[in-house]
Amino acid sequence: MITADPRAVLTGAHFIDGDHACTEGCIAAGARFAAGYPITPSTEIVERFAERAPEIGGRFIQMEDELASSIAILGAVWAGAKAFTVTSGPGFSLMMEHLGLAVMTETPCVFVDVQRGGPSTGLPTLPAQGDMMQARWGSHGDYEIIALSPSSPQECFDLAIRAFNLSEEFRVPVLLMMDEAVGHMTEKVVIPPADQILLYPRRYTKRPPSEYWPYEFGEDLVPEMVRAGMGYRFHITGLTHDERGYPAMSAEAQNKLVRRLKEKILRAKDRIITLETEALEEADVVVVAYGITARVAQRAIELARKEGIRVGKIRLITIWPFPDEFLRHVAMRIRAFVVPELNLGQIIREVERASCGFCRVLGVPHAGGTVHRPEEILEVIEEAAR
Amino acid sequence: MPVTEIRVAGFGGQGVILAGMIIGKAFALYENGYATLTQSFGPEARGSACSAQVILSDQPILYPYVTQPDILIAMSQDAYHRFAPTLKENGLLLIEEDLVRISQLKPGVRVRGIPATRIAEELGRRLVLNIVMVGFFGAVTGLVSYDALRKAVETSVPKGTESLNLRAFERGWEHGSHAAHAEAPEAVPIERGLNGHD
Amino acid sequence: MSATTDVLVENPVEQLLRTERMPHIWCPGCGIGTSVNCFARALLESNTDLDKVAIVSGIGCSGRVAGYLKLDSFHTTHGRAIPFATGLKLANPKLTVVVYSGDGDLFAIGGNHFIHAARRNVDIKVICINNFIYGMTGGQVAPTTPLEARASTAPYGCYEPPFNLPFLAEAAGATYVARWTTYHVVQLTKAFKELLAHRGFGFIEVIAPCPTLYQRRNRLGDGLDAMKYYKEHSKIRHGAPTSEVGLGFQSEIIVGKFVQKQRPTYFDMEEQVLRQRLGERYRPLEELVCQ
Repeated sequence: MITADPRAVLTGAHFIDGDHACTEGCIAAGARFAAGYPITPSTEIVERFAERAPEIGGRFIQMEDELASSIAILGAVWAGAKAFTVTSGPGFSLMMEHLGLAVMTETPCVFVDVQRGGPSTGLPTLPAQGDMMQARWGSHGDYEIIALSPSSPQECFDLAIRAFNLSEEFRVPVLLMMDEAVGHMTEKVVIPPADQILLYPRRYTKRPPSEYWPYEFGEDLVPEMVRAGMGYRFHITGLTHDERGYPAMSAEAQNKLVRRLKEKILRAKDRIITLETEALEEADVVVVAYGITARVAQRAIELARKEGIRVGKIRLITIWPFPDEFLRHVAMRIRAFVVPELNLGQIIREVERASCGFCRVLGVPHAGGTVHRPEEILEVIEEAAR
Repeated sequence: MPVTEIRVAGFGGQGVILAGMIIGKAFALYENGYATLTQSFGPEARGSACSAQVILSDQPILYPYVTQPDILIAMSQDAYHRFAPTLKENGLLLIEEDLVRISQLKPGVRVRGIPATRIAEELGRRLVLNIVMVGFFGAVTGLVSYDALRKAVETSVPKGTESLNLRAFERGWEHGSHAAHAEAPEAVPIERGLNGHD
Repeated sequence: MSATTDVLVENPVEQLLRTERMPHIWCPGCGIGTSVNCFARALLESNTDLDKVAIVSGIGCSGRVAGYLKLDSFHTTHGRAIPFATGLKLANPKLTVVVYSGDGDLFAIGGNHFIHAARRNVDIKVICINNFIYGMTGGQVAPTTPLEARASTAPYGCYEPPFNLPFLAEAAGATYVARWTTYHVVQLTKAFKELLAHRGFGFIEVIAPCPTLYQRRNRLGDGLDAMKYYKEHSKIRHGAPTSEVGLGFQSEIIVGKFVQKQRPTYFDMEEQVLRQRLGERYRPLEELVCQ
């Protein structure tokens, strides 16, 4: 690991919102290029980056749409930069094309989605968590992805750095799945000194051009990288390709490549998944939540405990890959999972799948536009405890 | 200190959010406490009404929204009508006294008023009424220290406007120090709100 | 006859090709290969550092160019070669970035990106192989298909007016605009050299035959017939107003260099504004290379 560039890190305590904390996290992580297209409620992230970039040797460009933004960052990465783009629902839909290209070409980069109500234009200024399945499955074909979900401005900062680190380590686009509520919430954000911010360095090859192929991989299944202009004369394509990076139009090449793209993530699942848990040992009911909803649910959990219900909590910080095994083990010991989320039932499907029928799974669906009332969640906890 | 829930409300252009921001920042950064600021969404965000919710606590804040404020800072009649009913019993209501006429209140609610707009105008810029309110809030409640609030004002207002804003803060604080122990303005029963709607 | 073999081995263009990928996918008589030959020669004859050249293609027959050139090469998504190239160039201004793609890719699905890159005057070079048709997918109508020409999705003839590409490029802000056919190999090679030396957003339209889908469906013969047509019906008019160079079905083809001028590039403007506004605080950058 290397450390962050002290010239760019705003070390100290700040009272800033989640969007701005996200920008600072990206900068601390070494991002010096961002491309974006204005869309509420994510725009503040790139607005701040546009302001900061010229002072830190970075560059921002507002592209003509989200298709362009999401591929401009890939171009920048192949020129050597760390890069990210930022959007919300409608733009996230457009970016799926290049999420796929980034997966296929193994381009490390970060996509931030500050979720708002959908479908379509939906509720531009109001929160939702309706893009969680799109994050997993939105681009066509089979792939594995990493998605993180912050619950506070501090976590927007911390997870932006983690997103970049994971993207560099696994050479995969990482999704930072924020929501409007966390993006526009202001709290203390502590930015550590640069030398305490550890960054995963880009996996540049040490081999000379004559001995290098772009998709030759080692034990951890992640190939080494090069960038344009170094004399490697390499080729990158969105087509199914062989280890040389050349198109390979066969079932065999497809099988080999696509399985590796999944496997490189899945085999490191335990390291990638982070959860926050509370009182699971003695729990009868466990609330599974993420993002803003994890904090709203906390009030309901406290109210339920006052009623004598034994409630535990799992806050998903990593959403994808999903912690199947962990949830299954919990499911074996409890009566029910309660899954509040600002959508009409997305992550609950994963909880149901992971539970393997060992316990009941009750949702607290919400169409978005505001957050749950704690009482709504409480009622379902009460029902789950019955 | 137990959790204190504060709502700052007024109309657009009064600097409501900045006032909430300064209170939160002062407590989180300069008093070493915890503060969460959220901006309203939902039906209450309609029209020109504008409100900020601030929670102050000595513990990490999990639930980030204000449901029943301990303190309401009302800078418009509309804000008062909307949010006064949500105040806790024995809560504290701080008003811009030229803009807000109070009617029925929950039992035990204390009211303190300040002509913040007039003071701001005396200082030369009406825009700084929010900072006058911040000073007033600090002195009346004693929740956040003078130094912390002053520093938060200084570091939050646009560059070049610091001295004007600090004067506004001082004036608000001064007024609050006198008002802290003063008699509450009487609730005036009125048939309908001053703005003609509820 | 070993001498012949020696001559072939020494073909100077070969060092720029990924010979291990031959044979290529292009049909006999296709004009893309001819254009690549001209481009490779231009690259070799120019003083460009080949290690600093990046080729970006979209999708389609012309989109495969990136895969055959032994340079840093990127085969991206359909229509998005230009924004990818923009990212490359912005992150490393020292690169010579060339977009090599087709008319459908650059002007239908990618049309918006083209006009914005031209407007910004980002220092990238765009080469469009215009064969009037979607080749890879089987001969569908394109935004360049001349009126009345037939295509698989315009079986009775095209009734949408086509773009006049040089006119569009100039209007959007391109500072170098030329058109040649694959018959004009000498002029095309020279134009490519000029394009490589040009500072700012440059554009060359290369009229090229698609014998399999365009020529045949329109009963225009094979690739050789196309060459004859280009030879007989092209008219060199350097500096012709781009508004006058639109193409009709089997019409006269005006070729030449239409625009060559200078205006501040994206980088020029960026630096000027930021330096003026930020003064000492501005930290200019050359390469955005992370560790």
